[in-house]
Amino acid sequence: MHPAFSVIIFTVAAGAGYGLAALLAIAHLTSVFGTLPVTECLWLGGLALVLISVGLVSSSFHLANPKNAWRAFSRFRTSWLSREAVLAVITYPVILAYLLSLWTWQGEKTGLVILLGSLVVLCSLATIFTTGMIYACLKTIRQWHTALTPANYIALGVMLGGLLLTAVQGIENVMLAGTALVVVLLAAILKAIYFFWIGRPSGSSINTATGFNRATVRLLDVGHSAGTFLTDEFGYHVASLRLWWLRVLMFVLSFILPALVLSLALIGQVSAFAVYTVVVLAFVGVVLERWLFFAEARHVVGLYHGAQRT
Amino acid sequence: MKLGLVIDLDVCVGCHACAVACKQWNTSGTLGALTDYAPYGRNPSGVWFNRIRHYEVGDFPHNKTVNMPLSCMHCEDAECVNVCPTGASYKRKEDGIVLIDQDKCMGCNYCAWACPYGARELDRAEGTMKKCTLCIDRIYDQYLPPEERQPACVLTCPAHARHFGDFDNPLSKVSQLVRERGGTTLMPELGYQPTNHYLPPRPTRPIDTSAEKQTSLMHKVKEWVNKLITT
Ligand code: SF4
Ligand code: SF4
Ligand code: SF4
Repeated sequence: MHPAFSVIIFTVAAGAGYGLAALLAIAHLTSVFGTLPVTECLWLGGLALVLISVGLVSSSFHLANPKNAWRAFSRFRTSWLSREAVLAVITYPVILAYLLSLWTWQGEKTGLVILLGSLVVLCSLATIFTTGMIYACLKTIRQWHTALTPANYIALGVMLGGLLLTAVQGIENVMLAGTALVVVLLAAILKAIYFFWIGRPSGSSINTATGFNRATVRLLDVGHSAGTFLTDEFGYHVASLRLWWLRVLMFVLSFILPALVLSLALIGQVSAFAVYTVVVLAFVGVVLERWLFFAEARHVVGLYHGAQRT
Repeated sequence: MKLGLVIDLDVCVGCHACAVACKQWNTSGTLGALTDYAPYGRNPSGVWFNRIRHYEVGDFPHNKTVNMPLSCMHCEDAECVNVCPTGASYKRKEDGIVLIDQDKCMGCNYCAWACPYGARELDRAEGTMKKCTLCIDRIYDQYLPPEERQPACVLTCPAHARHFGDFDNPLSKVSQLVRERGGTTLMPELGYQPTNHYLPPRPTRPIDTSAEKQTSLMHKVKEWVNKLITT
C-alpha cells in the first residue's frame, strides 16, 4: 500500500492525543501517580487537543473531494471510518468539557468531574480502537485484517501519551515512569507478535484470484503501458532488506530507547532533556512504524498485477 | 433480479475492445467523465471501468494464454458499500447493481481498498470514485431497440465472450452457461460472493508444431520482414 503522509500523521498524532487524554483523566481521577497540579493538567489536556486537531486536519488532506467530508458521519452503522469520524467529533467536546470542569473545581473530584473524566477515558480509547478497525476490517489486506491492528493502535497511542505525560510531569515520579515503562514493553511485545504474524504465508494467491487452482499462473502482460490508480495506490514495493533495517530502526526509536531512558529514570540518573529527546525520537519511531504498517501491507489486487501471494 | 456478466475465458482473445467500448460509452454516461491523464503525453493514463490482463496458465507444453477482463463484479456481499462512510456507494435492491453517487463521494479511497478485484478507480480530476455501472443507462433505456439494451462491452465483444443477464433466473442464458460450463467466481475465499462468473477454458491438447518448421528462402524473408515491422 502506498503510505500516504497525511494518514500517517493523522493516526500517529490523533492516537497520541487520545492516549494522552485518557491517561491524564486516569491519572487525575485515580491519583495513582500522586496529585497532579491543575495547571499542568490543563496544559497537558490542551496538548492532547492540539495533537488530536493536527491529526484530524491532516486526515482531511487525504480526501480528494473534502467538500463532502461532512457526509462521513452518516454511515456509522456499517462503516468503521464513519464510526471513527463520529467518535472523534464526540470525544473532542467531551475532553473540552472535562478540562473546563477541572479548571472550575480546581482539580477537586466532584461528581461531574468524575463523570466527564470517565467519559474522556472511554471515548478516547474507543476512538483509537475505531481508527485501528478502519484497517483491521479490510479482508483484502491480510497484514491488517487482524485483532492485532487495533491492539497496536491503542498500545502505541497510550505509549506516546504516557511518554508525554512522564516527560511533562517529571521523571522523579517513579510510579508514572514505571507505568510508562510497562506500557512501552507491552507495545513492543505486541508489535513483535505482529511482525511474526505477518510473516506467515496467506490464503489468497494468484491461483484463487484467477480461478486456476491446479496450474502455475504467471502474468504475461498487465494490459496498460503507464501506471494506473491501482498500481499507484496498491503497488508499493520496498526491498525486503531495507524493510528489515527499517523495522530494527523503528524498534530502537519507538521502544528500546524509551525503555532504556525510563529504566535509567527509575534509578534516578536521567536529565529532563534526555527524556524530552526520547519522546521526540519515540514519535519519529511511531511515524516509521505507521509507514511500515502501510508499506508492508499487500492488497490482494496485487495478485492480478503478477504477485504470486499477498 | 441479480444482474451481472458471464465472461468466457475460453474464447476471450484479449483484444481490449470491451474496455474501449466501455470507456467510450461511459465517459458520457451517468458516472462520466472517465478522465484521461496526459492522453497525448509520454505515459498516458486514466480511469477505466474494465481492464484486461493476460496470463500464462500451466507449464510448457501444457500452457495456455488466458486473457482476463476484470470489471466490477457487483458482489452480493459488497464490502465496498459497507465501508463507504458517506453513503455514496450503494447496492440497488431491485437488480443488485452497485453504484456510486458522485454528489456524495468525498474521494477517501476507502472503498477501493475494500475491493479485491481492483474495480474502483479514483478520478483525480473530479476527486470522486468511479466504477462499472453495468451500463445502467443502456440496459433500461426504453428508446434503444431491445437487443441493444445490454452493456456496451457485451455488445462490442467480437468473440462473444461476454454475456449479460439475470442470475436469479435459472433459465437465463447466464445461469445456463454457468451451469453447463462450470462457471466460477474469483477469490471466493474472501466471501464477497461476486455476481460475475468466469467460464474456464475448455481442455485442449498441445498441438505438435515440430513438423511445421519451414526453412525455404521465402520463409526466411517473411520472418525477417515480420521482425522488422514488429520491433
Ligand atoms: S467488485 Fe469491488 S467494487 Fe464491485 S461490488 Fe465487488 S467489492 Fe464492490
Ligand atoms: S471514495 Fe467515495 S464512494 Fe468510496 S468510500 Fe470514500 S466516499 Fe465512499
Ligand atoms: S472484447 Fe471480448 S474478446 Fe476482447 S478482451 Fe473483451 S471480452 Fe475479451
